[in-house]
Amino acid sequence: MNLDPSVSRDLLLSLLPELVLTGWALVLLLFVAWRHQSVRDLRIAGAVTLIALASTAIAIWWLWWNRAGVHGVVSMVAADDFRWVADWVFVGAAALTVLISFTYLEREQLLAPEYYVLLLFGTIGMMVMAAGADLMVIFLGLELMSVAVYVLAGFDRRRARSAEAALKYFLLGAFASGFLLYGIALVYGATGATNLVLIGAQLSTTVKPSAMLLAGLALLIVGFGFKIAAVPFHMWAPDVYDGAPTPVTAFMATGVKAAAFAALFRVMYQAFASVPAWHDILWWLAVITMIGGNLFALGQRSLKRMLAYSSVAHAGYLLVAVTAGGVAGTSAFLVYIVAYTLMSLGAFAVLSAKGRGGESDVLIDDLSGLAARRPWLAFALAICMLSLLGFPGTAGFIGKWYVLIAATSAGQNALAAILVLTSVVSAGYYLPVIMAMYMKPEPTEAAHVDVCLDRWARAAVATVVVGLLLLGVWPNPLFDLAKTAGDSVHAVEAGTATAAPVAPGGRGGSGQR
Amino acid sequence: MYARWVLTALLAWPLLAGLVVVLVPARLAKYIALAASLIEFAISVPLWWTFVPAGGMQFTADQPWIAAWGIHYAVGVDGISLFLVLLTTFLMPLSILGSWSYITKREGGFYALLLVLTTGMIGVFVSLDLFLFYVMWEVMLIPMYFIIGVWGGDNRLYAAIKFFIYTFFGSLLMLVAILVLYLHAGRATGTYSFAYGHVLSQVAQLGPVAWWLFGAFFLAFAIKVPLFPLHTWLPDAHVEAPTAGSVILAGILLKMGIYGFLRFALPFFPGVALSDTVQLVIVILSLIGIIYGGLVAMVQPDFKKLIAYSSVAHLGFVMLGIWALTLQSVQGALLVMINHGISTGALFFLVGMIYERRHSRLIEAYGGIARVVPLFAVILTIVSLSSIALPGTNGFVGEFLVLIGSFRTYPIATAVATSGVIIAAAYLLTALQRVIYNPLTQRENEKLTDLTPREIAVLVPLIVCILWIGIYPKPILQRMEPSARALIELIKPATAQAPAVTGGGQP
Repeated sequence: MNLDPSVSRDLLLSLLPELVLTGWALVLLLFVAWRHQSVRDLRIAGAVTLIALASTAIAIWWLWWNRAGVHGVVSMVAADDFRWVADWVFVGAAALTVLISFTYLEREQLLAPEYYVLLLFGTIGMMVMAAGADLMVIFLGLELMSVAVYVLAGFDRRRARSAEAALKYFLLGAFASGFLLYGIALVYGATGATNLVLIGAQLSTTVKPSAMLLAGLALLIVGFGFKIAAVPFHMWAPDVYDGAPTPVTAFMATGVKAAAFAALFRVMYQAFASVPAWHDILWWLAVITMIGGNLFALGQRSLKRMLAYSSVAHAGYLLVAVTAGGVAGTSAFLVYIVAYTLMSLGAFAVLSAKGRGGESDVLIDDLSGLAARRPWLAFALAICMLSLLGFPGTAGFIGKWYVLIAATSAGQNALAAILVLTSVVSAGYYLPVIMAMYMKPEPTEAAHVDVCLDRWARAAVATVVVGLLLLGVWPNPLFDLAKTAGDSVHAVEAGTATAAPVAPGGRGGSGQR
Repeated sequence: MYARWVLTALLAWPLLAGLVVVLVPARLAKYIALAASLIEFAISVPLWWTFVPAGGMQFTADQPWIAAWGIHYAVGVDGISLFLVLLTTFLMPLSILGSWSYITKREGGFYALLLVLTTGMIGVFVSLDLFLFYVMWEVMLIPMYFIIGVWGGDNRLYAAIKFFIYTFFGSLLMLVAILVLYLHAGRATGTYSFAYGHVLSQVAQLGPVAWWLFGAFFLAFAIKVPLFPLHTWLPDAHVEAPTAGSVILAGILLKMGIYGFLRFALPFFPGVALSDTVQLVIVILSLIGIIYGGLVAMVQPDFKKLIAYSSVAHLGFVMLGIWALTLQSVQGALLVMINHGISTGALFFLVGMIYERRHSRLIEAYGGIARVVPLFAVILTIVSLSSIALPGTNGFVGEFLVLIGSFRTYPIATAVATSGVIIAAAYLLTALQRVIYNPLTQRENEKLTDLTPREIAVLVPLIVCILWIGIYPKPILQRMEPSARALIELIKPATAQAPAVTGGGQP
């Protein structure tokens, strides 16, 4: 299905998932304007959110199935497999976040259903970012997402740490947005375009990039570096992750990061593919992020802060995929982000079960003896930890392996070696979690009595664990998906604005998959 | 029919049984685990008769797994891996029976992990796909980590994480090397595949990068062997692990490193492995392992630690024999591997049995117990003599072959290594004397009970093997010979044409 964005119908079709989700978000907003007192209202709002996300996923699937694509014209909105796969990741992350939010909000007395509205708007922002084929659209999505997440971070307004997290995130985030916007302005000044494809076409004929363009590019990288929490722009991450309510932290660590990476991929490969300068910058960024994130995490005793630094380290692994580039790098990124989303959300879900009263002080040693009292919960967390470590048999290994293949096939053997060496360091902080749960005795009889998840959160954790193990052993469907998605980004890069052959009809026909 | 499914069955069966063991009530766990491991052994026994010595890789199976990367489920055995597979299936029922009364908490988990470990170990020995090999290599790490960490001694947490991180460190660098080999073979032929034969066919054109790749493989395998000075995880892990853990660690896990050298590091990089520099380094490190391991064993107050250090010495012999690369030395090295699994395994069982009675592993806590527990004393003596390599026991055949074979290649080194045999006699006989002979001074020891029928059932198969291999090793040597010869022929001629062999380490 070829879409022509100059026709209103096609433009609306290409924005169908965003429109569906916006519609639901507005409905929900109206609902909570009247009903925002009781636990029951909160539950209804959560259920509506799940329905909204499900219908959006179906809309994405419909577009994917019909091979919707924008071909042959310059558009502000991209429609390709990369976008659909990224959208599924955002929707999935949001849905899992909703599932673990039910008990959490009730337990922490955060009886404000606006939470779900913000979650939906944040998700819309992410989807717009992944869809943006124009720097302005990407910026729009980024702001929509960020503003929603700023508020979510400070959602527990009675707690000082939550407020601190929100303020810190907002101030630093505003600066980062400023950098990004200034970068966009400079790039526009240098090339006269904000559209990624047009910038790419302009730059492919330029022999030596101007200083203005390089400055703009550097500012763009700073802006994105902040959102993905790459060292040295990661300073906010531990405090914000620590202070925010746990489900929000899970959402930030997965969805926000995935969206920023998706946009980074598109910008770098569709607009700046012919500028070699950023390769070196990202190479170093990847190296110091991997080393920094892992070393800082090693010193943490609080589980939540450890996970925060570990998410910095994983941003480093993802940057390796960006640096490696090519179809393999893009596919590796998608596979890794799927695995990372699952394992991170799983870990935060179990953490939210353990905590009380803000739980920011759950130490790793507080999990001692959990396996004896709550064997399934401990098993789930152990699988998440092994997957984060990149152990064979789990999706985390498959993701890491794909990133390594992308790096070595791009000739980046040193980067691959640094990746595996820092992974060894990460064993030093993931294993103690397993060690505490299985190998240390319970401090007191009643230590884990109140550790419990409701059935929604249990469903989320079970989904995560099954997903991690299944993808660890049989990742073939995910590979096919990621492969076509990776091709779709680079097809634009290769044949700028020329009509690509469009296969008629839907997928699943013989010979198409 | 049997040839096609046997290896797959050997891999799948323990995994299934492990799942069952977790789910049934804890008191049934050990019975089901024992039954499962006996069935596993029964499945593997016909390998011995149906194996054709000159047949190369046999019992192969090959199925696409992750087609996007050319990853296959490909398995098979030859004369090198056959005995390691049999050793694994042979030791597992004994380990389970040996843990019968030793493991008292969370029994279901323990036996399930032992069974999963079986799959991982057999998987390492039969994989003919580099990806599958790597997965199996890592998979067996987790059960062992838990076995040490949950059921180990007082210092178990430290030992467990040390064991894990050492092995993990080596294996991840090997992972990168595997990827580089895969891409190299893929670029050269246009077919991207992790198949062992495919990768092997393209290694000759690697050039200087072979040095780095060999380094990565070397590190992974040398940590596992363990080669001095990478051995420091071993005494901790051995001492803290429960009896079954120590037996499997010594009996099988250490052999994976040697197997890795034989199957991957040597055939892939013969030019590097047999360059003067690398030969010198490995021979010296092996000698240090033999002498240093023996000397350190001599001063250990803890019997279990003594056996642990004696492993370092034995594995030094194996490395020497392999690098000497004559038919006798390689066959001898393979035989020492099996003997070490049997004799050291038996020693660990015996220490575990006496520990259960007396709750001490210190040599000085005993003395003169031959009068109280005569059967125990007899068996300990036989096993110790086989570990010292007394003629008539299995240990003699292996070490003798290694020394004869190596003398042609490294005369001086072999002469030095021979002193290791004397040191072994010194530490083991002294320990034997202090434990079972000497006057009975400690009153606690007067009440010790002799071996129970269950314990005898664990030890008798091992004693039978010790005497059988010691007296009539021909059936084993016969089955090994063609594979050992093929291996030597694969490696030797390649050194003549490999680039930059004598470059002193630098391209």
